[in-house]
This record gives sequence, structure tokens and C-alpha cells, in this order.
Amino acid sequence: MAAPHFLVHDVGDSVGVVVVEGVKAGTTLTGWVMENDKTIKVKCLNNIPIGHKVALKKINKGDTIIKYSHDIGRAVAAIAKGGHAHVQNVKTKRW
Amino acid sequence: MAKAATKRSRRAPRSVPAGSPKVPQLVEKAPLLSPKPRAAKTRSGRGKPSFFGYRRENGRVGIRNHVIILPLDDLSNAACEAVGNNIKGTLAIPHPYGRLQFGEDLELHFRTLIGTGANPNVAAVIVIGIEPAWTQRVVDGIAKTGKPVSGFAIEQNGDHKVIAAASRQAKEFVHWASELQREECGVEDLWVSVKCGESDTTSGLASNPTVGNFIDKMDRWGATTCFGETSEITGAEMVCASRGKTKAVGKKFLKTFQAYMDEVIEPYKTSDLSDSQPTKGNIQGGLTTIEEKAFGNLEKIGKKAKYVDVLEPAEAPRKGPGLYFMDTSSAAAECVTLQAAAGFTVHLFPTGQGNIVGNPIEPVIKLTANPRTVRTMTEHVDYDCSGILRREMNLNQAGDGLIDMTIRTCNGRHTAAEALGHRQFVLTKLYRSA
Repeated sequence: MAAPHFLVHDVGDSVGVVVVEGVKAGTTLTGWVMENDKTIKVKCLNNIPIGHKVALKKINKGDTIIKYSHDIGRAVAAIAKGGHAHVQNVKTKRW
Repeated sequence: MAKAATKRSRRAPRSVPAGSPKVPQLVEKAPLLSPKPRAAKTRSGRGKPSFFGYRRENGRVGIRNHVIILPLDDLSNAACEAVGNNIKGTLAIPHPYGRLQFGEDLELHFRTLIGTGANPNVAAVIVIGIEPAWTQRVVDGIAKTGKPVSGFAIEQNGDHKVIAAASRQAKEFVHWASELQREECGVEDLWVSVKCGESDTTSGLASNPTVGNFIDKMDRWGATTCFGETSEITGAEMVCASRGKTKAVGKKFLKTFQAYMDEVIEPYKTSDLSDSQPTKGNIQGGLTTIEEKAFGNLEKIGKKAKYVDVLEPAEAPRKGPGLYFMDTSSAAAECVTLQAAAGFTVHLFPTGQGNIVGNPIEPVIKLTANPRTVRTMTEHVDYDCSGILRREMNLNQAGDGLIDMTIRTCNGRHTAAEALGHRQFVLTKLYRSA
């Protein structure tokens, strides 16, 4: 397979990580799920910088964000599938 | 003809392609010559590697051979730097503390200075302090290793006399140290510390797991390894506790973690810390929360290795080979300084956005998986594992490549941070001085 646009740590994670530069809104992204070596596709809704996260499903306000199969925080605003998940819509549950 | 061939075969192989390079009119058009490495004495993927190091008087093995000029306190920095300038082959290590400290903070100050001098990457030490009593305490602590050490005090002498006397002594140490020879050692003699910095999501995906692969292999081979960064385990503390070799050591970790939260974070925080942890650099790199950062951070200890003990800051491991957790700040230079003071001789530093830290005595190997960082900050990168993200290499291959780079560094290859002169010696201070 060609180099993926994004990587997902584990099956069931709600977000993936964009690993190429210059991802533009409207592009259909190819992702590699590292745990089971499967390939998935997501149409992204925003320009997403390298290293930033793309939502793999619809996330409602208050939902827990799952990455590494673990709780990494909560959504403080709804995120559509393919949306950019970061500090504008995700916050820590700690501190 | 046959004679010529024999002659040629005796010559060392060429490191760069034949031909004389052109002197360019515009220097930015100059080609970058990267001669091929000569010493191929690495054995990644083929069992336990060995390296060439300096065996010290106490049996520990160093990979560098420094003669250091160590100030007891801020006041003695100028004299130390003057000696460092007078005698080539020495290294002054200035720092801002050492006056009117007390209690646990003073103990940590002594432990860090003595540990730095005692580190096997150091062949011999000159200690300079403002007065003789505390200077003597540092000299005595370092002398327990059996290595040459000599102390000088400035009061009632002045800078000039001390610089002259210490320079004479430093010159003798340089003559002696420069004749020491490296010998072949197994990785059971290697002490490796790890800490990541300016992390981003590529750290948790690739560069930290590459370090983790290294740790799992080294653990099997009997190396001594160390991770730290107490605050950056927030959110993943229960997973970290489960990685203790025994329930007791897991409990000891949780106690240390909770103490850091209760004694440092809670009393001093003025906000929710979201501006510091994750750092602005982390956030720019795509890390959103401390929990996300913590799970990425823990990838550095691999999948199998279990830590055998929890160390105080700068405390030397005492339970034999294996993985150790040390209670440290997550600030790069503070953490590496404490690990070096505990006796670790080579450091692995995965970065995402491009932390450029170095240490005066412990070489810091920088690796990254972020292709943008590889492109924009190439002079800081020792090992590029961005191929993992493109599926060009797997973690096992990346770990082997990192072992190769580590062994080459142990054998003498200067790291990017060493070549660029990064020598951040940053003492951890627990509270204000008296």
C-alpha cells in the first residue's frame, strides 16, 4: 500500500493522526490501523496539519475521546466525522 | 599490475566518491559531504551488541573521557571557565546555584554535583568552590569512585591564584586522561536513559515506540535503563503503575506520582496547566491533552520491560540491571542532568517538533519520526525513523537502527547536540534558598 495519510493506533480509537503535510478539506484520506493492519478511508472536512487528529466517527459534545484504546479527554463541542479534533473542541479531564 | 592491486587492497576504503570537490562561488550551493561511517562494528539484529568504552576505577564504563571543571556554586563559575579556557581538553560546567541552600534541596544539589563528577563519562575532576568545606564535600563524594579529583577554594586566595593552581592540576589530568584506552564491553555495562521532548503525535506513533523497542531488547540483554518525567504520566499513571516488576514497586511509583501532584502541582498552579502541559509546541504538533501526551510518553518503555525500582532525583540505581523510573521534572535539561548525575552514560531523546537539548557529559541522541522536523531541523537529528509513518520500516527495524546509532555513539561518534555545542547543565531546585 502507498504511504497512508493518517495512522490509527488501535481498533476502536475515535481519532486518527494525519502524518503527511498539506491535507486539504474535501480530500478522501487513506488510513492505516496499526493494531490490525487494516486500511480505512475518511473524507476530511477541514484542512488538517501534519500531526493533528481527524475524527473517525461523529463525536457528540461530552463524549470521551479514545486513542491508544484509552481515555485522552472529552469533547467540549460536537465534532463531525472527518473533522479536525484539537484544542478547539477537545479538553483534558485532568489538572 | 598485481603489485598495484595488493597496494590498493591494503589501503583503507574510500569514505567519499573519488574526485576533487569544486569550491563553489555561492556557499549555499556547496554540496554536503557525508563520508560513510568507517567503523561498522555494530551488530543489530544479530544478538547482543558490544561497544568500546572506558572502564573506570570502580568498574563502571564510560563512553566519553571528559576532564571536567565543576563549580560548587555560582560564584566559582568564572574561575572554572577560565581554567576551561586555559587548558584545552577540559570542560567547565557552569551553573547558577549552590549558595544558602538547605535541607532536601541542598542534599539534591550535592547529589547532582557529586553524581556528575562520578559519572563514568568523566575521567577526572577539578572542583572549585568559594569556600573549602562544601568544596571538600563534593571532592570526597567523587573520590569514592577512585578517579582523580582535586578541589580548590577561592576565599583567602582570590581568582588569580586559584585559576593558576587549578590550571596546573587540570593540565596533569588532561595528560593522564588522554592516554586512557577504550576496551570492548558488553551492553550489560551500558546505562541508557530516555526522555522525550517537544513531543507531538508522531512521537507516540513512531519515535517513542522505537525507543520502546530498544528498551525491550536492551532489557533482555541486561542493560541498565531509566525513564522519568513524573508530571507527564498524568492520565496514564495506572498503566504506568502496572508496569512495576512487583506490586510494591508499582505502589512506590503511585506514591511518588501523588506526592508530585500534591506538593508541586496543586500548591503552585494558577490555572489548569493547559498552557504548560501540553506545551505550546506540543499543541502546535497536534497533541491536545496531557492524557494523550502521557500515553505517547509511556510508549518509550516498550511492551515488556518492567521497572525494578523508583529512584529519587539523581539517585543511582542499586538493584542491578533493568529498567528504573526516576522522579524528575519533564523539562528536558533538568531531567537529563538528573539522569546523568545518577550515572547514565548515553541518552535517547525522541522529539516531534524538534527539541534541541544536549548535556555536557552524557551524549544525547536525537531521533524523530516527523518528516517536517527531519526536513527543517536536519542538523539536530541523529536518527530519522519517519519511515515508520510511510510504512517503509517497522518498529523492529527502527529499534535495530537505533541500537546501531547508539553503539556508534558509544564508540565515539559525536551526536548532533555534541557537535552543535548543546551543554545544558540544569540543576533541579526544590525551593527558594535561605
